[in-house]
Amino acid sequence: MTDLPTLERDLLARAEAANDEASLEALRVELFGKQGSISALMKNLGSMSPDERKTYGAALNVLKDKITETIVTKKAALAEAELDRQLQSEAVDVTLPPVKPRLGTIHPVSQVMEELAQIFGEMGFALEEGPDIETDFNNFTALNFPPKHPARETHDTFFMNARDEKGERKVLRTHTSPVQVRTMLKQKPPIRMICMGRTFRKDSDATHTPMFHQIEGLVIDETSTMADLKSVLIAAIKAYFEVDDVRLRFRPHHFPFTEPSAEVDVGCDRSGGQIKIGTGEDWLEILGCGMVHPNVLKQCGLDPEKYQGYAFGMGIDRLAMLKYGMPDLRDFFAADTRWLKHYGFSPYLLPGLAQGVG
Amino acid sequence: MKFTLSWLKEHLATDASIDAIVETMTMTGLEVESVENAGEKLKAFTVARIISAAKHPNADKLQVCQVETALGNLEIVCGAPNARAGLVTAFAPIGTYIPGSGITLEPKPVRGVVSNGMLCSGAELELDTDADGILELDADLKVGTPLAEALGLNDPVVDIEVTPNRPDWLGVAGIARDLAAAGVGKQTTKPILPIPGRFPSPTKVATDDAQACPMFAGRLIRGVKNGPSPAWLQQRLRAVGLRPRNALVDITNFLSLDRARPLHVYDAAKLKGTVRARLGREGESFKALDGNVYNVMPDMCVIADDEKVLGLGGVMGGEESGCSETTVDVLVESAYFDPTRTHATGRATGIISDAQYRFARGVDSGFVVPGLELATRMILDLCGGEPSDIIVAGEEPAPPPAITFDPDRVRQLAGIDVKATRVRAVLKDLGFETSAEGQSSKRIIVQPPTWRRDVEGSADLVEEVARIEGFDKLPSLAPPRAAGFRPPPASVGESRTRLARRAVASLGYYEAITWSFCSRAQAQAFGGGSEEMLVSNPIASDLDCMRPTALPQLLAAAQANANRGFDDARLFEAGPAYANTNEGGQQRTVTAIWHASPPRHWRAAPQPDIFDVKRDLMIVLEALGAPVASLQTASDAPAHWRPGRTGALKLGPKVIAYYGEIHPRALKAIGVEAPALAFEIFLDALPAPRAKGSRAKPPLEKLELQPLTRDFAFVVDDGVSAQDVVRAAFGADKQLISDVALFDVYRGERMNPGKKSLAIEVTLQPRDKTLTDADIEAASAKIVTAVVKATGGTLRG
Repeated sequence: MTDLPTLERDLLARAEAANDEASLEALRVELFGKQGSISALMKNLGSMSPDERKTYGAALNVLKDKITETIVTKKAALAEAELDRQLQSEAVDVTLPPVKPRLGTIHPVSQVMEELAQIFGEMGFALEEGPDIETDFNNFTALNFPPKHPARETHDTFFMNARDEKGERKVLRTHTSPVQVRTMLKQKPPIRMICMGRTFRKDSDATHTPMFHQIEGLVIDETSTMADLKSVLIAAIKAYFEVDDVRLRFRPHHFPFTEPSAEVDVGCDRSGGQIKIGTGEDWLEILGCGMVHPNVLKQCGLDPEKYQGYAFGMGIDRLAMLKYGMPDLRDFFAADTRWLKHYGFSPYLLPGLAQGVG
Repeated sequence: MKFTLSWLKEHLATDASIDAIVETMTMTGLEVESVENAGEKLKAFTVARIISAAKHPNADKLQVCQVETALGNLEIVCGAPNARAGLVTAFAPIGTYIPGSGITLEPKPVRGVVSNGMLCSGAELELDTDADGILELDADLKVGTPLAEALGLNDPVVDIEVTPNRPDWLGVAGIARDLAAAGVGKQTTKPILPIPGRFPSPTKVATDDAQACPMFAGRLIRGVKNGPSPAWLQQRLRAVGLRPRNALVDITNFLSLDRARPLHVYDAAKLKGTVRARLGREGESFKALDGNVYNVMPDMCVIADDEKVLGLGGVMGGEESGCSETTVDVLVESAYFDPTRTHATGRATGIISDAQYRFARGVDSGFVVPGLELATRMILDLCGGEPSDIIVAGEEPAPPPAITFDPDRVRQLAGIDVKATRVRAVLKDLGFETSAEGQSSKRIIVQPPTWRRDVEGSADLVEEVARIEGFDKLPSLAPPRAAGFRPPPASVGESRTRLARRAVASLGYYEAITWSFCSRAQAQAFGGGSEEMLVSNPIASDLDCMRPTALPQLLAAAQANANRGFDDARLFEAGPAYANTNEGGQQRTVTAIWHASPPRHWRAAPQPDIFDVKRDLMIVLEALGAPVASLQTASDAPAHWRPGRTGALKLGPKVIAYYGEIHPRALKAIGVEAPALAFEIFLDALPAPRAKGSRAKPPLEKLELQPLTRDFAFVVDDGVSAQDVVRAAFGADKQLISDVALFDVYRGERMNPGKKSLAIEVTLQPRDKTLTDADIEAASAKIVTAVVKATGGTLRG
């Protein structure tokens, strides 16, 4: 009979010595295959006496389990080592650049428009729209600029070759106020709207461009007062500039389409060369507003004895400059990628009141 | 309009500081542009007297002066040739900033002699003097007197912007009236005493056109002695930037500014017959005071005598009939000219005089004769002479209509509580007359003064009261917040624009905003530029046409960036395109361009092509919720797109988007290097979202059975599009086929010329039972049949 302890010692030594999976597999087949030597010993058990078979068989089974386990463990260890080697060999330079890593940007004017839409939307203002090419009536006459009135000249109007059905030249809207007219003509009060968009005046210097952006607000009902107007504007300006101690100054002014009319100045600090909102002793004019003129209501088919309300308008580009610090208005429309990248906003930065508008 | 503080104080008794006055002006609606105090920058300078002047030991052109100054006797080095003993001049101590030379005085030796200050010339003080050398002041001045005081410059000049509704503010007296009403003082404008005529005027005045000139008053003053006006009057005019001429002319300029009452003076010796206001006649012309000859038009109001046109009424007088130092008899004109006509004449002739500015805005119609009386008084005082009776032609225009006013409107409209008695008091202070409507009425009848034609109704009166009370009294309320559900505040179009903008930007494009106008040539190269789209008065010749698309602007910008050395321009604009000038002619577009140089990358990236922009376009459309699966691709597009490399995505007949390459010809026309890629989405062409109904989505159909795929390759003619094959395969069994993907295009040696192989992977999604081999065979046969039938191709063996 084979001496099992000696055999065990020999076989374990051979398993430990294997340095790849293939030699381990060969060893397994040599021992446990159909022709394997351990298999042969197992077969031999049948020729033994029952007592002999019992003790020898048990010892042989222990030996078999031990060797099998050793082979499995050794195999796993070799596989691990092989994987490590492979991963090592497949390492790359992780500092290499990917293809065109680039995120585009949102223009500051678009961002500010969305901020304003959020702020006024939250106060119940619907967003209305109107075209850039307008009729003389909507841009002027309905807004209490009678034909040939000198006040029209203050607007440096662009005229189109095309004429409307009354034979008047169409104009590029000089303000967003024609959208007020459109809204009043199509909708009965109460009206609570803003509109934003492109406006045009024949003017070009460091602070004026022939195209610029305005926001306009209009509220028409039977009770709104100038005090309501003031309250809405204070709330909006604070929300926009994201400071609570903004100072606003309402100054009487004159516009054809409102009566009483006011200009609003915001408190600022000009001492550092840059304008800072919310601090300082200086004033900066930022918007015009007032109670809608009875003549405007009449032109838009509303009874001024019954209805009243307010309107306001601001330059969006300048609001953007004041909040985000762009120094020159002309750059807004130059499509210089350096500027767009620097002053533009991530497309994932959605303005919203819950997370702060800007 | 400019005036000085001392001038204002002729009409307003007040102790208020200039700052307080300016603040009140601002808060009552008078926009102050600037306050300049010429004395302010001269604060450090004082009067000094030279005791002795001796030659500098080391320099020929310098003198060493002993000077009596505010700081005691000092030694000062001076280079002025007129420095001499006894001269009274201007002194600046060490440390003073000299405005004219921009330096600050330091105690350093001049050629070895320490100068303890500086004696100054007019130029060094930025004073308007022609003289060389240091200032030569009045010898009687006390040493140490502030220089500003010595020069009479201690009077702040206020420049205000007057809104067009308030012509009464174009006179100092009118400004004083509002300031007094606002509580800064008491108006002290003196009453005007009529001066009886001593004889009937031999020169008659008349008006032939009651619309153009409703009222024309005149008076002859004979035996005047015209010459320079007195120093106070000259100084007053100079301080506000007017050049004194002679007493008669200076008086008219003074009253124009003092009372917003323009006048004209004629040398009566140069008049022939009656002086009349009438409309101009074709062919007439005259030489105006500015030296130019103006042709008169029939819609202009002229002043003419029996022989010729003398001037344009209310705009500018003639050179020939004007007053000079030799004038002995003077005709003074005080009239009322129609604002609209005066305005139009100013525009047509380009003359914007002080008179034109005032008449165009509307002068006080009740002040025609009082203004003439006031002028008479000044002429008699300054030039002597004897006045005739006053002749008035025409009639004073009717005063503005009275307004029935409920004082409670102030609270209703402005939101400020003001008692009715206070409302009446404010209006009275501003010159309005008020009376009760009746015993039982709360309402009052308000008569606006003749200088306030802007006040037409209740809203105007509310403004008067509110601005005098102060807009700072407007209560600030809690901002209103609408409760409950509101429909979304933005339109569908606006919401789509916002979505698209962020989707495109997330793909690496920078959002630009470019002009709505471009050059007509640019427009024409991109399908626009018709006559109706032209701006008739463009700001520049290359911005004379409304753009048919944002493409040319964006492409030109990309080229400009490339010229600056930044040549991977991916730009987009979410903005308007203008198809025509009608309602609805403005389209909401999202236009993106990719003007790329060949990429350089360690992984050898291919040159971007149509399929890169198509990929971007499809992502954006998907982000917009467009029905991407239902879109059809066509290859027709406007001429500025490159044929054969442009696709049009359509939904039925509507074009949703174009994508591909821009035509090299179009690029050349606008000076942009080829190639350039682009896509353009027409947001308004997308189908409207469901207007009403539930926001809930349909239930998710999550099938239990596994999908399986089969590949097919077809040999087709070159002209057959991938879309034809894919659509035919899809249509073979709409229940079973869930996806068809084209994965290979092969043209090559194993294909006949004019043929290509298109390979597709078809996904079969069993719904209620596992597919048998026979089911799969049947489906495959249907697919092959459908594709062969639709394309004329064959299954590739």
